[in-house]
Amino acid sequence: MSLTASDVKKIAHLARLGIDELDIEAYTHDLSGMLNLMVQMSDLNTDGIEPMAHPMEQGQRLRTDEVTERDQHKQFQAIAPQVDSGLYLVPKVIE
Amino acid sequence: MENWEVVIGLEIHTQLATKSKIFSGAATAYGAAPNSQACAVDLGFPGVLPVLNQEAVRMAVIFGMAIEAHIAPYSVFARKNYFYPDLPKGYQISQMDLPIVGIGHLDIDVDGETKRIGITRAHLEEDAGKSLHENFQGLSGIDLNRAGTPLLEIVSEPDMRSAKEAVAYMRKLHELVRYLGICDGNMQEGSFRCDANVSVRPKGQAEFGTRAEIKNINSFKFVEKAINHEVERQIELIESGGRVVQETRLYDSVKDETRSMRSKEEANDYRYFPDPDLLPVIISEEFKAQIKAQLPELPVAKKQRFKEVYGLDEDNATQLTSSRPLADYFEATVAASGCDAKLCANWITGDLSAALNKAGLEISDSPVNYPRLAGLLARISDETISGKIAKQVFEEMWQHPVSADDVINAKGLRQISDSGAIESIIDGIMAANMDQVEQYRSGKDKVFGFFVGQVMREMQGKANPAEVNKRLMAKLKG
Amino acid sequence: MHTKTIIELAQGLRAGDFSSVELTQTFLNRIKQYDTLNAYITVTEDLALQTAQAADLKLATGEANLLTGIPIAQKDIFCTQGVKTSCGSKMLDNFLAPYNATVIEKFNTAGAVMLGKLNMDEFAMGSSNENSYYGAVKNPWDLNAVPGGSSGGSAAAVAAGLAVCATGTDTGGSIRQPASHCGITGLKPTYGRVSRYGMIAYASSLDQGGPMTRSAEDAAIVLQAMAGFDPKDSTSVDCAVPDYLAGLNTSLQGLSIGLPKEFFGEGLAPDVAAVIEAAIKEYQKLGAIIKEISIPNLNLAIPAYYVIASAECSANLSRFDGVRFGYRCKDPVDLTDLYVRSRGEAFGKEVKRRILMGTYALSAGYYDAYYLKAQKVRRLIAEDFKRALQEVDVIMGPVAPSVAFGIGEKINNPIEMYLSDIYTIAINLAGLPAMSVPAGFAQHKPVGLHIIGNYFAEQRLLNIAHQYQKITDWHQKSPKGFE
Repeated sequence: MSLTASDVKKIAHLARLGIDELDIEAYTHDLSGMLNLMVQMSDLNTDGIEPMAHPMEQGQRLRTDEVTERDQHKQFQAIAPQVDSGLYLVPKVIE
Repeated sequence: MENWEVVIGLEIHTQLATKSKIFSGAATAYGAAPNSQACAVDLGFPGVLPVLNQEAVRMAVIFGMAIEAHIAPYSVFARKNYFYPDLPKGYQISQMDLPIVGIGHLDIDVDGETKRIGITRAHLEEDAGKSLHENFQGLSGIDLNRAGTPLLEIVSEPDMRSAKEAVAYMRKLHELVRYLGICDGNMQEGSFRCDANVSVRPKGQAEFGTRAEIKNINSFKFVEKAINHEVERQIELIESGGRVVQETRLYDSVKDETRSMRSKEEANDYRYFPDPDLLPVIISEEFKAQIKAQLPELPVAKKQRFKEVYGLDEDNATQLTSSRPLADYFEATVAASGCDAKLCANWITGDLSAALNKAGLEISDSPVNYPRLAGLLARISDETISGKIAKQVFEEMWQHPVSADDVINAKGLRQISDSGAIESIIDGIMAANMDQVEQYRSGKDKVFGFFVGQVMREMQGKANPAEVNKRLMAKLKG
Repeated sequence: MHTKTIIELAQGLRAGDFSSVELTQTFLNRIKQYDTLNAYITVTEDLALQTAQAADLKLATGEANLLTGIPIAQKDIFCTQGVKTSCGSKMLDNFLAPYNATVIEKFNTAGAVMLGKLNMDEFAMGSSNENSYYGAVKNPWDLNAVPGGSSGGSAAAVAAGLAVCATGTDTGGSIRQPASHCGITGLKPTYGRVSRYGMIAYASSLDQGGPMTRSAEDAAIVLQAMAGFDPKDSTSVDCAVPDYLAGLNTSLQGLSIGLPKEFFGEGLAPDVAAVIEAAIKEYQKLGAIIKEISIPNLNLAIPAYYVIASAECSANLSRFDGVRFGYRCKDPVDLTDLYVRSRGEAFGKEVKRRILMGTYALSAGYYDAYYLKAQKVRRLIAEDFKRALQEVDVIMGPVAPSVAFGIGEKINNPIEMYLSDIYTIAINLAGLPAMSVPAGFAQHKPVGLHIIGNYFAEQRLLNIAHQYQKITDWHQKSPKGFE
């Protein structure tokens, strides 16, 4: 199992992860190595085995519908990269 | 157009009317200052965790019961991954493979016929924030107050065959979620939003055509327009040799057109997987029974009961069961007044509804509450006042917080049934109008109305009309 | 003073032998003296002295508990309000957390004195602490060796006496493996025992915080403070926390210990094996019975773990987007550029590898082959352990296949690095509690004994470790130059 440089670029875009052109080859190599490790699992027959998403096999606890949070946007926005009039600013969103 | 069949399925996002968000304790109220209702969890700060709001689950289950759907004993929240600035965590917590509400249905009435629309599923998810595009130095502003508001996404089968049916379904669903009290239904504020999957196929063809998803249609009027436009666009496209591509289109209500959303065109690989911060939602039989006990009588059943128990006609029964507060108001009025239910129904769907409409008020905000309306109707029933005078009294009660009796007494509107008083007035009028008396007596029955009018005017409308008729008839006949 | 146990220090504070301020100052001085270890990312000197003063008042009025006034250090993965919480990443180099993790709140309530925030592999991804934006941490036993990871700063700080105790987090061995490499006691509790609220997530279904200390007795005290139900964490378990100290002296007579043959096979360094075997003999002296068992699917733990952990981390790390907090690239030209460059410039190599791996494993067409398959393997592994723990009370073995390796030795071979986590990773997949307990030395470097228990058997594990520490002194050894 091995990936190509273009696979890696495609995944990197999906993950919005900038990768130096120079590093693509190394990532391709490393990820292919990881995949080779992972395909070991395909040798094991897991037919009829229920997937285990979580170590805790119990139901979700539910919260009472109460407002418990107060307005803290000033504190929260003190650590934001760019804000104006209480809004977080980002490059123009095009729909 | 006549060679084509339209196929429509709707995805409706209803904001659930909880006090706090689906996974945090922040408020959900509309219209707060930007980001003042976005807490650490809503903002997706490092390390924060979601905890599910019980009320959102209850509302989803009650909805499922109302559409006679299967309620999943075990449902799972998944992460839907995509990057967008109004989505703070870079994933939306939603339900994918195992939604809380399974297959159900809703019956709609179109052109006098009932049609059953299948509902594929309804699942819980969190709403995203909003991007504001006013110019902030050429940037967009992000308000995350809406992020984390609970949504129930209700997905229909592609069972609708016209924009009209789609609107009927949407209205019926809108009515239902408000009736159940799980959504305020405010479409301007985005509490009830619709995406439509639209395709066309040649009549008689079994397989569906390629569909386009139209987003952002937030009024009944726009749904019809947007769908009709999209249908026209698709037919024109196919007839001119083109092909419909599967894509997301945005309805622009200003230009009244749909256009392709380029930003969402990029391969949607959402990489759903179970959210490891949340455990499966287990709905026990006990929980279901508890909710079932709280389930209000549904509109269909209520309408039937109103017809049977109160003897209402179809129109009145339909109108009075369109919302729970209205139905409750009606039943409370009947009980409090002890009057004929039809009289109550006519007043509520007539004068009261007209006044509410004019003032733009909901029944719950009516200046005339049910005990006061009942007081008025009781006076009609016991013939203290006539129906006509009652309108005058109602007018007064609408303006001022007074009872019907207060108005009747203060203005001396009590109906006069005293035959002596009525007869003496009749005598006076007959003496002054001998020509008309002669006309009547020579067989011109129509003149009778003239005498009624004169008597009522003389008595400022307060005379008991039945008594006036009776006495007048006797006197005129000589 | 830096080698005393928590109970000894608590007694000293109460007897007036020294104040919390003096004790705190001692540790602050040592942190400065040994800063070449690079164990700390942030030292909160002023805050520490203030807290120590407050602790002294509490001690004077008798409102104190065992941890009041005790200098502790926190792994920089726990959010600390107003204090930089970097998670070892450039991404959060400017991040002053706006709130406290539940664990931090609990230590604050107990009156513990936070000395600072400890170095770690970026976002807890790594087994050597070489993936930190703040540079590698050195192992106090051998300054050319790694301390292990990801809680490498925690292990080095406790081993070198730069804190009485520390917190760590363990997703695939990140408490136990550095504890083993640095010769300290580390406990990864049962999944759900310690709140994850405010603990920056790497892989949510595997992450668990726990104590890293000089002894099992200290671990009992620290775990007591950390454990418990948290309504803010849906995966926190609502069951009573036992008195860990009270359980320490239970006899081990008749204890059945399982030794999985897969833990002692190919790949285990003979010198490490010898230390483990000697430790098992000590347990036999204490009355334990030894039984060979099997975890047949252990060999698939690494692939399953790297699929699941990568998948979860690929989503968990999406919130680092340069919009609301953390690093933002300079002058983004558009939205995509903002995301791609902010994340590209601020995440390190290992983090990127795992995000890419996870994104791939979850993407259309591969989900069943990787993610779903890994979840099925996870169940098989968990069932292997469940079955084994019906046969025996606890499972023992090595924590790591070899002693601490050299800095730079494996950094360019990620796969080899992953393989060294073979014994610890499976425990996280199953969600079981496990400890690393100092059991001797090989090549003059510490070796940890791995003790794995049943769900919520922390009290038993601490008891088993404590009984061993009563008859051995491995845990009391200090590295040369740090005495």
